[in-house]
Amino acid sequence: MEHTIAAISTPIGQGGMGVIRISGENALDIADSIFESVSGKKITEMKGYTASFGKITDNGEHIDEAVVLVFRAPHSYTGEDVVEISCHGGIYITKRILRVVLSKGAEPAQPGEFTKRAFINGKMGLTEAESVMDIISAVGNQSARAALSVMEGNLRKRIDSVREILIGLAAHLSAWADYPEEEIPEVDEESLKESLQTVKTELVSLINSYDAGKVIREGVDTVIAGRPNVGKSTLMNLLSGFERSIVTNIPGTTRDIIEETVMLGDIPLRLSDTAGIRSTDDPVESIGVQRAKDRLLSAGLIFAVFDASVPLSGEDMELLDLLKDSPAVAVINKTDLEVKIDSEVIKSKVKHTVFISAKTGSGAKELEHEVGEIVGTSNLDPAQGILATERQFNDAQSALKSVEEALTAISLGITLDAITVLIEDAINSLLELTGERVTEAVVDKVFSHFCVGK
Amino acid sequence: MKFIAGEFDVAVIGAGHAGIEAALASARLGCKTVVFTINMDAVGNCPCNPSIGGTAKGHLVREIDALGGEMGKAADACFLQSRMLNRGKGPAVHSLRAQIDRRAYSTRMKHTLELQENLELRQAEITELEKSDDGKWLLTTRLEAQYKAKAVILATGTYLGGKIYVGDVSYKSGPDGMFPAEFLPDSLEKLGMEIRRFKTGTPARVLRSSIDFSDLEEQCGDDPVVPFSYDTTNPGENKVKCYISRTNEKTKKIILDNISRSPMYSGKIEGTGPRYCPSIEDKIVRFSDKESHQLFIEPCGLDTEEMYIQGMSSSLPEDVQIDFYHTIKGLENCVIMRPAYAIEYFCADPIQMNRTLEFRDFPGLYGAGQFNGSSGYEEAAAQGIVAGINAALKVQGREPMILDRASSYIGTLIDDLVTKGCHDPYRMMTSRSEYRLILRQDNADTRLTPIGRKIGLISDERWERFQKKQELIKEELKRVKKTVLPPSEELNAILRSHNTSEVTTGIRLIDLLKRPELNYEILSSVDPDSRELEPNVREQVEIEIKYEGYIKRQLMIIEQIRKLEDKILPENIDYTSIDGLRLEAREKLSKIRPESIGQASRISGVSPADISVLVIYLSTLKNKV
Repeated sequence: MEHTIAAISTPIGQGGMGVIRISGENALDIADSIFESVSGKKITEMKGYTASFGKITDNGEHIDEAVVLVFRAPHSYTGEDVVEISCHGGIYITKRILRVVLSKGAEPAQPGEFTKRAFINGKMGLTEAESVMDIISAVGNQSARAALSVMEGNLRKRIDSVREILIGLAAHLSAWADYPEEEIPEVDEESLKESLQTVKTELVSLINSYDAGKVIREGVDTVIAGRPNVGKSTLMNLLSGFERSIVTNIPGTTRDIIEETVMLGDIPLRLSDTAGIRSTDDPVESIGVQRAKDRLLSAGLIFAVFDASVPLSGEDMELLDLLKDSPAVAVINKTDLEVKIDSEVIKSKVKHTVFISAKTGSGAKELEHEVGEIVGTSNLDPAQGILATERQFNDAQSALKSVEEALTAISLGITLDAITVLIEDAINSLLELTGERVTEAVVDKVFSHFCVGK
Repeated sequence: MKFIAGEFDVAVIGAGHAGIEAALASARLGCKTVVFTINMDAVGNCPCNPSIGGTAKGHLVREIDALGGEMGKAADACFLQSRMLNRGKGPAVHSLRAQIDRRAYSTRMKHTLELQENLELRQAEITELEKSDDGKWLLTTRLEAQYKAKAVILATGTYLGGKIYVGDVSYKSGPDGMFPAEFLPDSLEKLGMEIRRFKTGTPARVLRSSIDFSDLEEQCGDDPVVPFSYDTTNPGENKVKCYISRTNEKTKKIILDNISRSPMYSGKIEGTGPRYCPSIEDKIVRFSDKESHQLFIEPCGLDTEEMYIQGMSSSLPEDVQIDFYHTIKGLENCVIMRPAYAIEYFCADPIQMNRTLEFRDFPGLYGAGQFNGSSGYEEAAAQGIVAGINAALKVQGREPMILDRASSYIGTLIDDLVTKGCHDPYRMMTSRSEYRLILRQDNADTRLTPIGRKIGLISDERWERFQKKQELIKEELKRVKKTVLPPSEELNAILRSHNTSEVTTGIRLIDLLKRPELNYEILSSVDPDSRELEPNVREQVEIEIKYEGYIKRQLMIIEQIRKLEDKILPENIDYTSIDGLRLEAREKLSKIRPESIGQASRISGVSPADISVLVIYLSTLKNKV
């Protein structure tokens, strides 16, 4: 049996309530040792799915009033004995209760460990487990919504509908091959191609949604570029201010690239502020400049910042030339001052251009909109069901590959036995995505759809 | 009074298609073998269709032959009409089927058994099977003769507790009016074996002279005839025609009006019938929107006037049968010689066996054929040869022969049976094999003859011939890779006429053969070294070339799957004690006791999550050691 684990399972510092979850063989005993119920009933005597009200104590001292919920194995989230202690929240109280629980023999849970146990104990399938893992690590509302839609089966529905088409085709082809004397209608090549094309389109759309979905989950590498004093740092501070609570500071790896993660609307941006880009003879500085240029080329998103209060300089033009074909937004800053810049020149070079005042915060919404356009999230409705993990993405891609090969094989005039195998490979990949088997599905379909027999 | 009548290495109960292959394999491997039949005139009987082979079944016959079995040779010797089905649908689904003379087939099989060294054929009903004190199996006959054997193969077919149903009439019977094996089921249950009821059925046999063939569509055999056996050099010619007719609105009405008189629909038959081989009443009820069903009229032999009506099996009363057969074009005045009937019988759940077809809980006891829940002569024979080989290998203290899914249809059939079990009589189909581009009927010898040779069922002479053929295939592959055809008007004319692009530079023969539009035949006039190749050498080379990409793809999958098959699950695992397995998975795994992670992953009710748990469990086992 695994050791007993415990953790605070509500976000620290939010809401009026805190929940400490304990899971494992000793969960009931541990909870019992720190809880005095009003009714006098011990936690170890409670049935599953029951609650008890009482006080949490630490060596005789009352810490807080709490409601204790008991889940008995295997009928719990993890499949083990689980106790959930709901207390009055607040960082101090919640952490103190957890400390008491740990002092009684529980071990601190690793990130995702409750879910891992739920998975190992057969409480959830692979796709659901992965989605929950995503929820745990998700930042931002849209990300949580996307993760939820997998669990609730929107992705499942999309996959199933594609798979149904393929299974229908495979069943028809199998019946046609296995019952040559049973008047199974000929497999019509045109309609076969048409169905495969439909499947291909849907798979491509799923696969494309993955990248946008990934942006929402994992964020996008964003570089703020521009010559000195155009307001890069102010912009960075402005962005950081949007959602201070989840900003994480990662120490910069070099003296001139500072990294931090901020939220712009629903999209997490992993920001780095680069040194100004300009020609220089100073060897030390030129290393910094070269690094900044490399960083520009590899970035998922670039904010190129320009100062609206002065005309475009040679350095600005140099930067604009570097931006060709990049996922860039030209951010024309300091609109609170008198505008002297020729914004038409910028617009002619960069498709996405916004005017902001980092100082006053005006133009931030427009910036958010342009970013959504660039990273593909503006057209993404996560509730439709999108691929959430690398594994799902790979399975969908290998399904697509098989479908494409099948289409090629048909156009080459390859016999249908080989086509059938390719279709079955595609079904297999999709079944792997959701976790089922193929041949039975096809065989069952043969019997329910075709009148065959001797 | 009971008496000991003999001692054998291997005893086979039943001399149908499974029993024959089992007994022959065992005897040919040098085991002293006895085979029991309830009636000496029913050896190798075909109580249903007078044909061998068909889709996927033809593959099985080829594979049995490649291992050194008898079915293919007997079918070649007794065929009346032969056809390669599915020509044009691709080499993976080409399947050979032969109409046979069922009496001649039966006589030939009986004679083969009689002539076989180490083999005794006895007419006796086995009534009891028990373990004797010395560890051997003790078999008792109805006449109280007792036999001892180190291994026993149950190949009881529809005889085991057989019961025939025609309308409201039912009586204990084996097939074709034979006695049933009435007592053996009790004895098996006493042993602790789980048995259950299945049912199957057969259509009527009709007098040829009472059929009006004038308006019926004819069906002729292939020319030239392709034989089943790699040993058959001169297959001979087709001797008969078959005919096609159809049911109609009137047939449908009579059947629906009388459906309550069917024992299947009134609930009298409890046994599960085959989904793939439904009775005509099943077809009409389940596919009610279909106006008409096709049927085939096939001769049962050269010296009989009985005609088999394929597609018209039924358990309706005889008067209803007469009425609805008479609604069919050509059969308006037909005389039914043998009415259609349904037959219910006992069989074992094959998940009690491992892949050698030996019962896990009864060492030395094997099952094959309908006894294992399958249906069809070919499926039976395929299991028969595997059970016979393994019984003999066990008696001789040799390593068992296990055919995996990637090796053959036989391996696929057995893996399906012992892993998934079957809920209705199991029929082989090409769609059951995920590796069907590799498991073709044309290369059964390449895949299995080396195994048959290793075991000892392939003669020196045949082995030499096999090796020579493999050599020719290799040489020819080399030749087509080396041969470059220069661009000529003659070549381009050929390419033009087959709608494929012309060439301006030299092109390798192999690259031309890759084109779906071309083949050896078409290119023969421009192929300078075109030699007289055996047709099946040419066939294999051409398929290997044309389907190379797809074949490689399947080989890659096989390689991946074999990795899972290599993860062996120890025999003594207590699945109930593994944390994390879902309840259903624990039950299924405890019952089926898979031999590897690969096999476990194919059990329905065992999820990928359960497999992950098993893999984790296996790795912890290793860490502990």
